[in-house]
Amino acid sequence: MKRSTRRALAGYMYTLPWIIGFAVFTAYPFFYSLYLSFFNVNFTVDGIEATFVGWKYYIYAFRTDPAFPINFWNTILNIVLSTPLIIIFSLIVAILLNRKLVARAFFRLLYFLPVVIVSGPVVAELVANNAASIVDPRRYFIYRFFQMIPNTISYPFLYMFNNLVLILWFSGVQIIFFLAGLQKISNSIYEAAQIDGANDWVIFWKITLPLIKPFVLVNTIYTIVDLASFANNAVNTSITQHMFDIDKPYSYSAALSWIYFAAVMLILGIAYLLLRERRKTRI
Amino acid sequence: MKMSKNKEKKFRVSYYKTFKEPATKTIIYVVLIGIGYAYLYPLLYMITSSFMSVEDLVNPTVVWIPTKLTLDNFVRAWKVLEMPKALWNSVYTSVIPALAQSFITALIAYGLSRFEFPLKRFWIVLMLATFLIPTQVTLVTKYVLFSTLRLTDSIFATFLPAIFGQGIRSAIFILLYLNFFNMLPKAFDEAAEIDGANTFQIFYKIILPLSLPAIVTTFIFSLVWYWNETLLSGLLLGNKIKTLPLELRDFVVRYAVMFPTADGSAANRINEGIRMAATMITILPLLITYLFLQRQFVESLERTGITGE
Repeated sequence: MKRSTRRALAGYMYTLPWIIGFAVFTAYPFFYSLYLSFFNVNFTVDGIEATFVGWKYYIYAFRTDPAFPINFWNTILNIVLSTPLIIIFSLIVAILLNRKLVARAFFRLLYFLPVVIVSGPVVAELVANNAASIVDPRRYFIYRFFQMIPNTISYPFLYMFNNLVLILWFSGVQIIFFLAGLQKISNSIYEAAQIDGANDWVIFWKITLPLIKPFVLVNTIYTIVDLASFANNAVNTSITQHMFDIDKPYSYSAALSWIYFAAVMLILGIAYLLLRERRKTRI
Repeated sequence: MKMSKNKEKKFRVSYYKTFKEPATKTIIYVVLIGIGYAYLYPLLYMITSSFMSVEDLVNPTVVWIPTKLTLDNFVRAWKVLEMPKALWNSVYTSVIPALAQSFITALIAYGLSRFEFPLKRFWIVLMLATFLIPTQVTLVTKYVLFSTLRLTDSIFATFLPAIFGQGIRSAIFILLYLNFFNMLPKAFDEAAEIDGANTFQIFYKIILPLSLPAIVTTFIFSLVWYWNETLLSGLLLGNKIKTLPLELRDFVVRYAVMFPTADGSAANRINEGIRMAATMITILPLLITYLFLQRQFVESLERTGITGE
């Protein structure tokens, strides 16, 4: 056997566990749930018997189910609003932490802490017991100001005030990642810019932001996926709740999960188009 | 003319040193501490209210510091959480898959890093694509799959996917190892190959010992993510193996069963203090681990070169 063939075989040997696992534990459940969402499931002695029902459950989700459309739009809206807030916030914190500070390690430790302890039930308990609402924002003038202006404009701002702690708690990984990216930018670029008379503001827009842009894309994708898979969001709970519905076991949940999946993919696609590196036409 | 320019420059430097720099620094510290407070607020709130008695909880004048410390909340929460058992469940259901995941993702990444084979790029792209699939899309059918195999309510439901590189966020870990292995010089492999080592020996004796930072990162993050995962494990392990977060999820219901209020007594009613004590017990093991291994947690991410070279 030729050496290159032998090497190729060895490479496949090492990758094989993943390929098998992908087929059994990812691809099969993935397509099977798409299949189930179009079928009505009956439990018989021989196992599962499926009859084709077409788009029935997809239509049911939006037309008949009283709770799902509300849960769905709320969850999507939360993802769409939280992601830019998390990204902007973590970038600001990373830039602040990138300076020479005395307690830098301490702050980094602090901001990363939620990543370690955050889990669905913990957040649910903290929210339920008002531990996550740091200040009662209704007391402040700015909140009342936003309440006065039309709802469509003010909603993102009110959302930010109401979910401040949760936004902070979901930015730990992103801060560390941005920080690692910032440390890659060599100091000499900043020095050169300073000699040319650029101030901090100009340096941020002309140097830091363009160089950190790939990290923004990766962080955005991570944030969307992270938020979308979080156990607490309303869609995920309704998927779990409907799993064992007597009249529509499995299928309805599968249909819900595919509606959700399509929406999340759409958000990811839009984020990618907005943040991708455009090919430079001139240098 | 030249003199005055120099003077001006000197003035600007001294202005910067004496006024602008300290001012910026102070603002940065204030901002960072403010954010830090917001981060810690839920934890501080949780700690203080978990030590409060019912009287303190309803008393609006008691804001942060309880008038008297009570451990009663913890005693009850400990009982309802079925504490030593739930902790043990959490430990083994996260350590075992995390170990499997850290080893197997390294093996897969080794294959992708060191060998050329047909369709390699295709597999890498596919692997990254799997990261985008949210858990809940495969939730229903994974349950069907594991219940047909009769593996629900056993550790195999989380262990099997992990050992086939399909654990929680495996794609990230494979990518992390892949970047790390690509940074290791290939000369080591070649030297070992000339000495007669086979590919697995090269992996086991040379690559793995050099990859300690990557292994530590993968293990720690898998551990934390497995520990905190409830969506899938709630379904697959939910009835038999109750981990700490799962116990916390059902805390209110279970509390009502263990301390019934049917006789109308207010003493047994669940309150904020008890729920916060339960939350604190749930996060305490990870919190302690984090404080001990803080360097590994935060710095390892940078050392493994996940940001790419």
